[in-house]
Amino acid sequence: MAYTFDFSFIGSFSAEIWSGIRLTIWLTLLTILPGFALGTACAVARMNGPRWLRWIVTGYIEGIRNTPLVIQVFWLFFGLAVLGARIGPFPAAVIALVINTGAYSAEIMRAGFQSIPKGELEAGECLALSRWQMFWSIQLPQAAERVYPALISQFILMMLATSIMSQISVEELTGVGYQIQSITFRGFDVYVVIALVYLALATGLRLLLHFVARGSFPRLRRLGTPL
Amino acid sequence: MLGLTPEQLQFLLQGTGWTLLLSLMGFVGGTVIGLPVALARSAKSRWLRRISSLYVQFVQGVPLPVIMFVVYFGVSIYGFSVSALVAAAIAMTLYSSAYLGEIWKGCLMAVPKTQREAAECLALSAPQQFIYVILPQALRIAIPPTVGFLVQIVKNSSYSVVIGFFDLTYSAKVLNNATFTPFAIFTIAAALYFAICFPLSLFACRFERKLARSAA
Repeated sequence: MAYTFDFSFIGSFSAEIWSGIRLTIWLTLLTILPGFALGTACAVARMNGPRWLRWIVTGYIEGIRNTPLVIQVFWLFFGLAVLGARIGPFPAAVIALVINTGAYSAEIMRAGFQSIPKGELEAGECLALSRWQMFWSIQLPQAAERVYPALISQFILMMLATSIMSQISVEELTGVGYQIQSITFRGFDVYVVIALVYLALATGLRLLLHFVARGSFPRLRRLGTPL
Repeated sequence: MLGLTPEQLQFLLQGTGWTLLLSLMGFVGGTVIGLPVALARSAKSRWLRRISSLYVQFVQGVPLPVIMFVVYFGVSIYGFSVSALVAAAIAMTLYSSAYLGEIWKGCLMAVPKTQREAAECLALSAPQQFIYVILPQALRIAIPPTVGFLVQIVKNSSYSVVIGFFDLTYSAKVLNNATFTPFAIFTIAAALYFAICFPLSLFACRFERKLARSAA
């Protein structure tokens, strides 16, 4: 049976599609840095914190990593609203993504911190660096340098995961696709296009993050390590 | 429990059953397609490697909900009216085959090259080398990441909510629309997912440590 594609909806709904793409990009960009910061803080707390803090952080990481993002978003958006903490859909989406990404990047960063040879810290101590200086100029850059490929993959997975946010009426790309197909009844055509857009976004984000990594870790460039 | 009647709890447990069934279908389908993908990814032929790598990159670059929609609408244009379960199972198969293929490719490559060379010295044929030497060692390495990915499958089966498949997430949503006690319902739903996923995570972690110890 022959099926003829009809992509004319791209022209008539271009404004909607663009706003969906913009929202997806915003959700992603607003989440990456706070998620990374939260993850790093949790990784440090899980390794060096007092016992009670380690327990809390471990509970947070395991709780998030073993439940689906959709449930976390519903819990945050609907559940907390009933308890009185009313937040809009967009902030709720960003908060949920940050909390989710934080847990995953915490584990990645922990692996990075643990891969740093002890001698480097002892050398830092010999130079009379404060704890904060050691963290800022020895541990953090090296840990990030070692695990950045895993972090990039995690951020791309997170970008793809924003596609679920239309469930709480944040009309990002997937949500826009659903609106268009409910008007045109051409669900297959619409979602093939949406899939290609996501593919382009994922490729673009990967390139952008590699570019950032190359800029922030000059050693990679000097040693000629391939991207 | 948390203000839910036994019937409502049973409704959620029913959804949990569907979640488990969908995860199982996704894993079995993902294994059936993922194994050839892994073999193609580590094959000698450049074309096989290229095509399989394109497949993996394509699937990994598209969100699972969108894959669900494409399958759901795509199959029905050919005149088959598919249930959400079939569409979700096909989508989960595509999704997990790409990731499992990539994971298993890594495991196949992780077997030291000298093993294959030794097998060659013993005059084993190529299939014999693979079946008796490479595969048993790769399987051992593959267990922890595969179980770890099983957790991803269970969690991500929740994305089937977008095409209205009656899994745990969807039943929680429906129940919430009826009772409007979201805090209790989603807490219980999260606990149910956790009860499935956490033991798997724990097992993967333990087994990995065991492997690391035996390698040292």
